[in-house]
Amino acid sequence: MNVSLFIPCYVDQMAPQVGLAVATVLDRLGHTVEFRAAQTCCGQPSFNAGYWDEAREVARHALDVFAGAEAVVGPSGSCVAMLRVFYPQLLTGTPHETAALDLAGRTFEFGEFLVKRLGITDVGARFPHRVTYHDGCHGLRELRVRDEPRQLLRAVRDLELIECDEPESCCGFGGLFSVKFPQISTAMAEVKAGSLARTECDYIVSSDPSCQLQLDGWLSRNGKRPRTIHLAEVLAGADS
Amino acid sequence: MIAPSAASTVAKKKFLHDATEHVRDVGHREFVRRALGGYYTNRDLQQARYRDWEHARDTASLVKWSAVNRLDELLPRFAAAFEANGGQLHWARDAEEARGIVLGLLQAARAKAVIKSKCMTSEEIHLNQALEADGYGVVESDLGEFIQQLRGEPPYHFVFPCMHVRREEISDLFGKHLGTPPTESPEELTMIARRHMRRLYVDADVGITGANFLIAETGQISITENEGNARLTVALPRIHIAIAGIEKVIERLDDLSVLLPMLATAGAGQPMTCYNTLYSGPRREGESDGPEEMHLVLLDNSRTALLADAEQRDALHCIRCGACLNVCPIFKNVGGFTYGTTYQGPIGSVITPHLRGLAEWSHLSAASSLCGACTDACPVRIDIHHHLLHNRRNAARTAPSRLERFSHRLFSQVARRPWLFAAGGWIFRKTLWITKPLRPPLLSAWLATRNLPPAPRQSFRAAWRRRTR
Repeated sequence: MNVSLFIPCYVDQMAPQVGLAVATVLDRLGHTVEFRAAQTCCGQPSFNAGYWDEAREVARHALDVFAGAEAVVGPSGSCVAMLRVFYPQLLTGTPHETAALDLAGRTFEFGEFLVKRLGITDVGARFPHRVTYHDGCHGLRELRVRDEPRQLLRAVRDLELIECDEPESCCGFGGLFSVKFPQISTAMAEVKAGSLARTECDYIVSSDPSCQLQLDGWLSRNGKRPRTIHLAEVLAGADS
Repeated sequence: MIAPSAASTVAKKKFLHDATEHVRDVGHREFVRRALGGYYTNRDLQQARYRDWEHARDTASLVKWSAVNRLDELLPRFAAAFEANGGQLHWARDAEEARGIVLGLLQAARAKAVIKSKCMTSEEIHLNQALEADGYGVVESDLGEFIQQLRGEPPYHFVFPCMHVRREEISDLFGKHLGTPPTESPEELTMIARRHMRRLYVDADVGITGANFLIAETGQISITENEGNARLTVALPRIHIAIAGIEKVIERLDDLSVLLPMLATAGAGQPMTCYNTLYSGPRREGESDGPEEMHLVLLDNSRTALLADAEQRDALHCIRCGACLNVCPIFKNVGGFTYGTTYQGPIGSVITPHLRGLAEWSHLSAASSLCGACTDACPVRIDIHHHLLHNRRNAARTAPSRLERFSHRLFSQVARRPWLFAAGGWIFRKTLWITKPLRPPLLSAWLATRNLPPAPRQSFRAAWRRRTR
């Protein structure tokens, strides 16, 4: 399959290793991976702030960028939710509605793509660590991706998956919310990071680099362990 | 790139201030989280007893949907049936009218003492203050509401009004106001309140209650409670006045078979609430108890405006179970008082702008990570967290801050030009080591409590070019 990478702007500038790991895994599975360099941001910051006209323009750009791609795969539940769930809402009643629905049908979150679209749970990875999985809210509740990352993790050699006591609690990132209401956002990070840390795992696995930014930001500021790692990075660790 | 939020309103400033204060009180936050811990367990247990909870949610949602979308038909049907049962109906356009109606009824009855069972609609119209200002003695008979009344505080949570209060505080409170000896046994504390209350039921001329459902088919009022106090509030005083929003009407008696258990399970993790009573009018000839007069004040107070909003109309499905508060990380971290509203939590953030004005209350919709736990918990499938987005959009349309609008316009322009966007990203990454110590507005809000990782040497797009070369 021809896979077009959807690399969120934050991953592009601050977490390139996540994008590369996605490519590595898909490569290894024998798929053709492309990166369309004209892609920018999904427009979620403006959309969530209520500036829908502005977000709509950004969405139209993304529709052009990913036109004709067989599958669009991104390593962020949140940004994928923007393309799949919110673009059709944003563009409803406009000439771009059909294109938005078409893109929505071709867009997948990374873990979901492997399990639901490709039907693969074992990518042949090895990761000899205890890990817990942090559900990103957009992946969990907008895309309904809950079991797929866990199925993938369970198939990883030498990996032990432990559930925390609040797997479905929000980490408090929420985009601009994290800086508009920093006190609430930080309190939420404290609660979620606490729950994750109580598992005494080596890594917190996430499918959302924005949650990682929040959790790592709080954990490292408070001198606590563990750190997060993206699901793609875990799966890119070859069993050799 | 994106500027600080819209012009601060008085309510927003207070919200930010109170949130900051509350968040510092780690012990309190932990207490509230623990208090709700048992709820999760019980709720999951009860939900598992449904053959299909999700299907039950569909049904409950449909029941409310079909009622809310046919209010024009069901309200007159209910009114006719209620009056045929001997009840007296009063329509109130807003809070002031509703208060006027209640005060008028009290005057006509030459009432002195009023006893109330839990009624959030009365909180919404600030009834107690109005009654007390006119010299009436008002006592809340719901234990939680009674405690809050003694404390001089509004409800903390619209279903669990005093969930933030510790047992020892209740003991001290009762000691101070009722002269009872200290005890931390929940049973003894309940008995103290009960003994105090029994006399008041008998002394009261008027009992005021809310209503959970109004049944159009039969003209009955359905009230759900755990303590039996609402039954006494209706049965013992001479006059019963119920106050309810117009959205409480449902079509059929049968609809309760899904709504009553779901209200209990979603809201409190109970299979059923302890007392579910249907009131079918005042005392009839030959009946030994019940009020001589039964009145119902039906309140609009901007509900019809919400009804006219096709996008958010489903917010009128709300059965006030409180499930969305129980699961909300914002509620658990800022506490009930910080909202400054009658209805706290996610549903309160959705409807308060409709009840009290978007310009003053849109910040509640902004104060959310949009995690969606509320929407998943809602037994009647209100699209709560997406309505927060709708409120944000409406606020940006009607009263945007110039700086914010400019920032998003600029962002939108840049994000449509790949080379410019990539260049902007490059500059951000390469200068992060300089900008970090300068602490510009939004970055400083982040850095105050959280670290930022160091910028990588290479962006993804640069690494990709190298990889494919």
